[in-house]
Amino acid sequence: MYRAGTPDAVPALRGVDLDVSPGECVALIGGNGSGKSTLAKHLNALLTPTSGAVRVDGIDTRDADRVWDVRQRVGMIFENPDDQLVAAIVEEDVAFGCENLGLPPAEIRARVDAALRLVGLEHLRRRPPHLLSGGQKQRVAIAGVLAMRPRCLVLDEATAMLDPRGQAEVMETALRLCRHEGLALVLITHAMEEAALADRVVVLADGRVALAGPPAEVFSRAEPLARLRIEPPPIARLARLLAASGLPLPPGILTVEQLVEALSPLGAAP
Amino acid sequence: MIRCESVTYVYQRGTPVETTALADVSLEIRSGEIVGIIGATGSGKSTLVQHFNGLLRPTRGRVYLDDVDIHAREVDRRRLRQQIGLLFQYPEHQLFEETVSADVAFGPRNLGVAGQELDRRVRGALERVGLDPDRFGPRSPFALSNGEMRRVAIAGILAMEPRMLILDEPTAGLDPLSRQEILDHIRRLHDERGLTIVLVSHSMDAVARLCRRLIVMDRGRVVADGAARSVFADPARLAALGLGLPQVTLCAQRLRERGLPVRPDVLTVEEGRAAILEAVAVRARGAS
Repeated sequence: MYRAGTPDAVPALRGVDLDVSPGECVALIGGNGSGKSTLAKHLNALLTPTSGAVRVDGIDTRDADRVWDVRQRVGMIFENPDDQLVAAIVEEDVAFGCENLGLPPAEIRARVDAALRLVGLEHLRRRPPHLLSGGQKQRVAIAGVLAMRPRCLVLDEATAMLDPRGQAEVMETALRLCRHEGLALVLITHAMEEAALADRVVVLADGRVALAGPPAEVFSRAEPLARLRIEPPPIARLARLLAASGLPLPPGILTVEQLVEALSPLGAAP
Repeated sequence: MIRCESVTYVYQRGTPVETTALADVSLEIRSGEIVGIIGATGSGKSTLVQHFNGLLRPTRGRVYLDDVDIHAREVDRRRLRQQIGLLFQYPEHQLFEETVSADVAFGPRNLGVAGQELDRRVRGALERVGLDPDRFGPRSPFALSNGEMRRVAIAGILAMEPRMLILDEPTAGLDPLSRQEILDHIRRLHDERGLTIVLVSHSMDAVARLCRRLIVMDRGRVVADGAARSVFADPARLAALGLGLPQVTLCAQRLRERGLPVRPDVLTVEEGRAAILEAVAVRARGAS
């Protein structure tokens, strides 16, 4: 609830139930103002619920004594790559959070090395962050979060300001951390082709969960999606048009790779 | 209409961080065109368009509007900015008046427009971006959705009655349907009102949908300038520049690699459907 207790109190979220497991990628989508970012800020206790509860590894985010335990477990990456970097060189930036935890220097060193390796930026460790590309800056921000040894990574529109190469770099890094390192990944995005890569898509509208399920299932529901102002990824629309024209395509095609696989037999030499 | 001749722009000249943002750029935007400018972050796109309305002055080279050097002493800078409307990234941060109508009226009022003429311009500009002037005019711009705020900002420029509209990432941060609405309005401004449009964007799908001509920038230089179809027909080059293809174009080109003879230069979902059906039909005839 925003501005609770005032005449213009606005419930931004209303009775949202959501579970995210280790190694799972959940995409949160919905129109501007649907409550996505408000929900994200609840995941690491930047906001706490007016009613209901959020638990991270069993820790209640309203427990004021454990706020830092929650924030260490849930790392957030935001939209603007220039707002998130603080130090003069990359490795100092990655170490920043760990230094605040008061860890011994050898431990910090080991964590920073591991984090830079995981995002593929060891070779840029001595660079000043402002000389990096947008995608590299976001990966440095992810490394800073990783050095805290989190359980969950939340990307809040983290690719929105990047060029296509930067978008691909950040998505590949985040998905790899989820699939191979077992991090829970929450993607808040307006890019439906990114949401299509998640294990589960949750559509928010007016602060409520309006639709949820595997991407193939959610993006096949044309009518509720149109009502919710969500446009399926272009490839999903193309696949549906082709199926309607009589091509033998399975349902649930969302990505270029899937459509090419499904159509390739038609291209084989007769 | 706008012509750049060997424009070079150097930021912070004479300091250790001196950066050449534009290097010897020559191009022309003709009246009535709808042109997309694409390129990786830092390639010089925003710097370039800020030269079109004289916000930045070239370090070397010249910019002409209708064959007049825009930095010549006799050129009225205010009139120049009225003719060449520039919408910055996240323009909603620049809304400030109490009502939508007052915000849209701000530009033309500064040009000395008043009374009925001002009212006509404000109403017309709001209508052109799909906002009912009676419903939205009296409201506070800050009570609107992001997409609506963005459209108010565009209306504020249209009320100046420019000849050219330059939009820098007009759909960044908007949800998919708001994005589509803005792009549809931009297209209509071009198709129905003949406005010259320059669209700066990271979104290959957006420029594919709207622009016939694309200018590709890389590290301050123009590295390609031509029909959108021919630019997207060279995917290896785009990838090397950190750019990509519209999803439908990428799909068509992958299918060709797999032996299905799909036209490689499709840009939209509808074109993709037609091209794939045709290729499948060709294969079927070949097989029988």
